[in-house]
Order: sequence, then structure tokens, then C-alpha cells
Amino acid sequence: MDLYGYGGALALGTLGTLKIMIMALAVGLVSGMAGAGAKLSGIRVLSWFTDLWTIIIRGVPELILVLFVYFGGSTVIQRTAALFGYDVYVEIDPLVAAVFTLGAVYGAYATDVFRVSILAVPRGELEAARAMGMGPVKVFFRILFPQIWRYALPGLGNLFMILQKDTALVSVIGLNELMRNAAAAVAATRKPFTFYITASLIYLGITTITTLVLHQLEKRANRGVGRAN
Amino acid sequence: MDMELIKECLPQLLDGTLLTLKLVFVTMVAGMVLAVPLALARNAKSKWLSIPAYLYIYFFRGTPLLVQLFIIYYGFSQFEWLRNSALWAFFGDSYWCSVLAFTLNTTAYVGEIFRGAIQSVHKGQLEAAASIGMSQFQIYRRIITPQAAAIALPGYSNELVLSMKGTSLASTVALLEITGITRNLIAETFMPMELFLIAGIIYMILSAVFIAVLTLVEKQLPMLKAQAANA
Repeated sequence: MDLYGYGGALALGTLGTLKIMIMALAVGLVSGMAGAGAKLSGIRVLSWFTDLWTIIIRGVPELILVLFVYFGGSTVIQRTAALFGYDVYVEIDPLVAAVFTLGAVYGAYATDVFRVSILAVPRGELEAARAMGMGPVKVFFRILFPQIWRYALPGLGNLFMILQKDTALVSVIGLNELMRNAAAAVAATRKPFTFYITASLIYLGITTITTLVLHQLEKRANRGVGRAN
Repeated sequence: MDMELIKECLPQLLDGTLLTLKLVFVTMVAGMVLAVPLALARNAKSKWLSIPAYLYIYFFRGTPLLVQLFIIYYGFSQFEWLRNSALWAFFGDSYWCSVLAFTLNTTAYVGEIFRGAIQSVHKGQLEAAASIGMSQFQIYRRIITPQAAAIALPGYSNELVLSMKGTSLASTVALLEITGITRNLIAETFMPMELFLIAGIIYMILSAVFIAVLTLVEKQLPMLKAQAANA
């Protein structure tokens, strides 16, 4: 299927979309973990900051967030720098804006997933590990992490599916991804139905493969535990 | 922030807010009406009902809303017979295309919420109701709906906020709801930071109001009232 010669462009767009998905997932997992840590730390300022972040993400459309970061981000940075007496000129790279925004959205929702998962690990196990002389790093990697992973996986998986669909939005800031390339093909061929249906099937393929992989990961994370719920 | 700018832009932004509310309202009402038969079809014993319902939900939950909107608004214009038919008054209009895309999308999500809620009603209750001679319709009205509504509500209010956020995509087909108006105003004033900030605040206020209203509704549900009275 060469799609009027635009099959290659769609394939490249798909690669671009996958790249954005994975980079944003990485940002989201790290920031979500940090957010959960901040909420559980008991330090007021940190948990307030995390609450504010979650409230903004929950209430504001992703499209506005992407546009704000891309078009308004440089103004924010320049004004902040001006406050400290620096005169800088920055332009925000669309890929950075996309990955930052989608990662921040993922992270905001993941914060709660991680927080609940951390709380689900019995405290006694951590005390027992400490009593045996494990340091905090060992406790984290041997006791906490494998169990957090198991509890958090279904929630994180759902969020990843949402993230995958949100990547279509970043076409508005001109990134080379699937939607953008499909639109370019439409402009050249005047076959909008063909290309947008194809794009939708590619997205469907990505979400289907993700579902299957997640199912396997969940099975693996739950090995030896018996079926959850 | 520039107060003059806010004063100048606010009337237009309020117009945009009204359109956003209208989109949300039409979409949610139509979506709720369509989601009930979808959930019933998905739960049906007949494969001729359950498989199409499953595929519908699978497609609309597995693809981005933006693509669905583009298929309907741009995609259908590829067919000349459609462009020449009376249906074009509908498919050539960005408002109706947005309403259709948002409705089809939210129907899939709400249908899945309803399905889960209906399934969560204990089977023994249905058998008991049937054994004292209630018809299928009576069972739905008296046993299933009151309980399923209480279970579905949190998920439904979540979906309401998500679909409100989703209406911002209508700006990509040149509808002047909040996001569309904001982008126009930015093109005139070139103040992206300020205007997106204002737009974001409007959306946050809207979602806060939606959540507050649904929390009130939740308190009015007979099932939850009874629980509260027993507690």
C-alpha cells in the first residue's frame, strides 16, 4: 500500500509519534514518582506545589497546555530571567514543548497512582527490612519498588494509553508526527478520508499492541501473587 | 498582567465560554441517551449485538479524538455524492461535525462506564426480582438503574470534565469556543502567555463548577440517600 506515494511519510510520522510517546512517558514516570514523593514527604511547600500542579492539569485542556508552553513558554522564561536581572532570548523547541507538556500531564495523574501504590505496601515489611540492616536504597529496590510496580502498573498503563492519544494534539505546534504528516498528505492528494482513516488505524494498532504488552507485564509483575482482585 | 487587555478580551471570551458550554451540554445529553443502548448491546447475550458494540467502543476509545473529528469534518468531504446531497448541510458545518465527533466519542466512554455499573449489580438480586414476577423492564427500572446510577456517577463526572476539555479541539476546525477565541485574540494582540493563562483559568472554573454540580446530584440519588440514612 503506497497511499498515493505518502505511505513513507506516514511511516516516518508514526516513528515521530512513537518517539514523542516514549520520551513523554519517561518524563511522566520520573515526575510522577517525584510528585508522589513530594506528597508523601510531609513537607508542606512540596505537597502544595504538587497539589497545584495536579489541579491545573485536571482542569485545563491538554491543547491549551501545549499551546501555552510552546507560544507562551519563552515569555515566561524571559520575564523570570528579567526578574533576576538577566536579559535572555529563548525560543522553545516544539519537541521540547510537546514532551514537557505531555510528560507533565502524565506525571500529574501518575502522582496519585504512585502515591496509592506506595501506601499499599505494608509498613511492616519496610520495618522488617530496616531491622535486618538494609539501607534506604536497598529497601527501595528490594522491597518497595517491585511491589509499587505491581500495584501501579494497571493505572500507569491506562495513563499511557491516554498519553498516546494526546500525542495527536502536538500536531498543532508543527511537530513531525503522524497527524501532521497525514494532514500534509491530505493537502497534496485531496484524499482526507483515506489518510485520516489510515492514521486512526495506526493509532488503533499502537494502542492494541500496548494493551497486549501491558497484559504480559501485569502477568509478570503478579507472578507468584495469585490473581489480583 | 495587563488589566486593559483582560477588559477588552473578556466579552469575546465569554461568548466563547457560552459556545463551549453549549457543546458540552449537547454532547453530554446526546451521549448519555446513546450510551444506554450501547451498554445494553455490549452486555447482550446475542453476538450480533455485543460484537458491534464492542468494536464501536474499541475504535472510539483506541483512537485520538482529534483524528475522529478530522475524519468526520475533513474526511467525509472526499465523497462527492455526500457533498452533493442534502446531508452536506450537516457534514459541511464545523459545529455539527464537532457535536457529532464529541458525541460519538463520549458515547463510547460513557457506554463502558454504564456497562460496568450494570454488571456490578448482584446477580442474586436479579434472580430474586424475576422470581417474584417482575418483567425485564421492571427489573431494570426498580433494581438495576438505581444501583447502577450510584456506581456510574463518579466515572461519569470524570468523563464530563474530560469531554469538556475535549471540546477545545473544536478550535482546530475553526469553531470559536474558548480555545478558538483565544487563538484569534492572540493573533490580534500577540500576547500568548496572558491569553492562554486566562483561557486556562476559565476552563478550571468550568471544571470546578461541573464537579460541584455532580457532587450535588450524587447526594440526591435515592440509593446513596438510603445509604446515608442507614449509616
